[in-house]
Amino acid sequence: MARQARQWRAGAAGIAVLGLTLTACGGAKVGDDSAGGSDSSGKCGTFNLAVNPWVGYEANAAVVAYVAEQDLGCKVTKKDLKEEIAWQGFGTGEVDAVIENWGHDDLKKKYITDQKTAVDAGLTGNKGLIGWYVPPWLAKAHPDITDWKSLDKYASKFKTSESGGKGQLLDGDPSFVTNDEALVKNLDLDFKVVYAGSETALIQAFRKAEKNKEWVIGYFYEPQWFMSEVPLAKVKLPEYKDGCDADAAKVACDYPVYELDKIASAKFAKSGSPAYDLVKNFTWTNEDQNTVAKYIAVDKMSPEAAAKKWVEANRDKVDAWIK
Amino acid sequence: MTVAVEKPENADKADKVDKPEGSAPVAGARRISRRMMLAAILVAWLVLFAVLRGKHTLTLAAADLTDLHRWFNDVNDSIGADRNSNPLFLYFFNEIRLVIDNLVTFVQDLISQSSAGRSVPQIGWLGVVGIAGYVSWAVGNWRVALLAVAGFTFLGLQGLWQESMDTLALTLSAVFVALLFAIPLGVWAGLSDRFNRIMTPFLDFMQTMPTFVYLAPLTLFFLIGPASATIATLIYAAPPAIRITAHAIRSVPETTVEAADSMGATQRQTLLKVLLPMSRRTVVMGINQTIMAALAMVTIAALIDAPGLGKTVVQALQSLDVGTAFNAGLAIVVMAIVLDRVTTAASGRAEAARSSGNRFLKWRRPLLAAGGVAAAVLVYLSHTYVWAAEFPGEGSTGSTIARAADNVTTWAQDNLSGVTNAFRDAITNGLLNPFQTLLTDSPWWLVGAALVGLGTVLGGWRAGVTTAVCVGLLVGTGVWSDGMTTLASTVVATVLVMLLGVVCGVWMGRSPLVDRLLRPTLDAAQVMPPFVYLVPFLALFGATRFTAIVAAVVYAAPVAIKIIADGVRAVPETTVEAATAAGCNTWQIITKVQLPMSRSALTLATNQGLIYVLSMVVVGGLVGAGALGYDVVAGFSQGQLYGKGLAAGLAIVLLGVMFDRITQAAARRTSA
Repeated sequence: MARQARQWRAGAAGIAVLGLTLTACGGAKVGDDSAGGSDSSGKCGTFNLAVNPWVGYEANAAVVAYVAEQDLGCKVTKKDLKEEIAWQGFGTGEVDAVIENWGHDDLKKKYITDQKTAVDAGLTGNKGLIGWYVPPWLAKAHPDITDWKSLDKYASKFKTSESGGKGQLLDGDPSFVTNDEALVKNLDLDFKVVYAGSETALIQAFRKAEKNKEWVIGYFYEPQWFMSEVPLAKVKLPEYKDGCDADAAKVACDYPVYELDKIASAKFAKSGSPAYDLVKNFTWTNEDQNTVAKYIAVDKMSPEAAAKKWVEANRDKVDAWIK
Repeated sequence: MTVAVEKPENADKADKVDKPEGSAPVAGARRISRRMMLAAILVAWLVLFAVLRGKHTLTLAAADLTDLHRWFNDVNDSIGADRNSNPLFLYFFNEIRLVIDNLVTFVQDLISQSSAGRSVPQIGWLGVVGIAGYVSWAVGNWRVALLAVAGFTFLGLQGLWQESMDTLALTLSAVFVALLFAIPLGVWAGLSDRFNRIMTPFLDFMQTMPTFVYLAPLTLFFLIGPASATIATLIYAAPPAIRITAHAIRSVPETTVEAADSMGATQRQTLLKVLLPMSRRTVVMGINQTIMAALAMVTIAALIDAPGLGKTVVQALQSLDVGTAFNAGLAIVVMAIVLDRVTTAASGRAEAARSSGNRFLKWRRPLLAAGGVAAAVLVYLSHTYVWAAEFPGEGSTGSTIARAADNVTTWAQDNLSGVTNAFRDAITNGLLNPFQTLLTDSPWWLVGAALVGLGTVLGGWRAGVTTAVCVGLLVGTGVWSDGMTTLASTVVATVLVMLLGVVCGVWMGRSPLVDRLLRPTLDAAQVMPPFVYLVPFLALFGATRFTAIVAAVVYAAPVAIKIIADGVRAVPETTVEAATAAGCNTWQIITKVQLPMSRSALTLATNQGLIYVLSMVVVGGLVGAGALGYDVVAGFSQGQLYGKGLAAGLAIVLLGVMFDRITQAAARRTSA
């Protein structure tokens, strides 16, 4: 018993000494440099910016967030959300703005017209193209392939294990509306739509096709960072005319050019926050977005660093947003 | 999509299996006739297929909807529309959200996020490592304590300390809340057969319903933030704990309970003094499974803004940065392995402590106290000093790992393409396409009748009735044709899982060394976020159903392998020795002794293999499988397809329930 007590005492003393030593040689204390930090509340307050999961969007969000923080002194909270959920956030007050929106007429009806929880905040200046694309080597080797009329001629080349004897039209980032099944039927093409199911799958298919000179045709869109790695060639479909896509089952024309726009929550729009004016005034070109998207996706810069680099090189454009 | 059930459930099934059913000769005769009946059903199906091909197939194009789907849409919209006036929201969901939000934020402030005017969390890396080591040692042993310290330090070296701590905070909160409900429910289900029967379908539902289906509605109920992420995680993670706790209570020997009764113990006393202490070991296994399941949800929760490693993975994959995604995935794996080994050691300790001698116990107290003081000192240091609060270094280990992963991926993509394509085409054309044609081009009533027939012959009339109900409901969901496409891929994937399971399982079961080498790989395959390895697979196999099958096999095979290895190991040594003495060679021992004697393990492996394959259907939809998986994903992404996605999710649940009931009933019969 006595021996155990001695052990105890020795142990406790040892730990105390150890503790003291460690404390003594401690170094900088937490809080020594807390001067910075929370002085940026100002007039702007908190700005909840939704970030939808694609790189082009991330580029928009990075630049807007950077300007809001640096020039307007806002506290920006970026929220990584899928589109549907971001729109839901307008109603529940958890999201202030969506900074790149592709069409989504159903959501506009639901949240802007019916629930009145969101408002249109103008165009981003980016033009969104959706359509059928082929890898560049294919467009070069068979220049006529970029017209839909000659697709049937090559249909057998596009056969795969999935397409049941027909040519394969690789479709389906599930986030985007597609008319492709109707298009194939109404243009009477010898193709079958195969659902790749994700942007990742589409990109890998095109990347591999370009590298190994394989035959692939698929649904894709721009602006998209991958275009700066492999500049896909767009296939010409019958021209889009107003209303030609009114009946989804009878579509036989190209996709419209989407004027990408911005959406803000109704509450945010009325708040008088300078961040709202920034969102409203923000506009740039496809080229601008591609530059920032390339910094992020190809050069692997962090979104903040990419935004900083672009803003410093394009101060005049930024000043026009916040004047 | 996860790790739900291993050994305990294994034992569960084994229990049921023990009940004899009919005498041996009768069973033998029945088996032969059963085989004949199976063959008859298949032949009839094939003949009718040839005649009726392409009729009544119930196909539905990708953009088409049925009335049911539209109705689901309307319900979803109306919930969203009146969320601000509905008292259910104001007084019920909002309160739950507040409590959970506060809990998660509290844990985050402790270990991951800067709080209350500090630029760093309350407890820095040194403190967390200290606590992890101390707790692991206190509940487990010094070996797992070392593993915990090394594992957590590794997370910091990877340059992912804060992300890892966010994930840990969310996982711990979700597991804590899950256990708060799961253990009482599990005890109740263990005590009452009736409650157990009511509970089982709900648990099946929670485990097989794809998360994508309820992710969007959840954010409507609980808003975007930690509460939704926690609840999404716990819906998926709670069932294993409930099931395993119930099983643990049930497997306390009846005689013990009777003895307690006869000594005059009240029901409460029996529960607290007999049942709970005696089932502690198994309950800890349940907690272990819950933690694993929670970690498998990390990447999905990131889609609704859950902080942590999942975000890193999702963001890296947007630009197909496999290296960075792998690094973050590896951190999830490391955390899973640490938590798994610590809880496993803790469950072992419950036994060991009781049986070990006093000498050890005498030393334990003072040592525990000393360790506690040391941990407290580390926590204090990490609270006070910058060097102990922020993990030092730039995470250069992480970038090395990322670069290595990139190189391996590129090499595989460049050099393996030819071989893999041949393999893919052989499986697709030889096995998948004919089978899928048979299922999708037959009239629905023919496939339905064949399934009911197979169910009845394999599992008895009760399984037949369940199958009939499931087939009826499947037709009702309006996605019958997609369901059959998915079914074809599922069955092919399960066949591959079982092939791999038998080969590796027997190998592991026969050699402890192989077991020790393979097991970490199997664990990694279960918790590594699928997309990390799917990007290179996409490059190898393209966006095809085969890629989806490979993904399912990677995820489901580990479970099957582990169950079969356990089964083979459980074959009595004396039997194997007797066979060796009788002059059997290794091949004969495996095929004539070890495999037949672990038959119930094989059936259980098939059951779990199938369920796990089904839980990968959605991931399959993301890489080219189309069908139900794609329906679910598209429903998550496009408002007007929400109802269809929900219906597809229900169809997946129905397929799961159908298979589960048939294989379980079959297991009970074959071992009779």
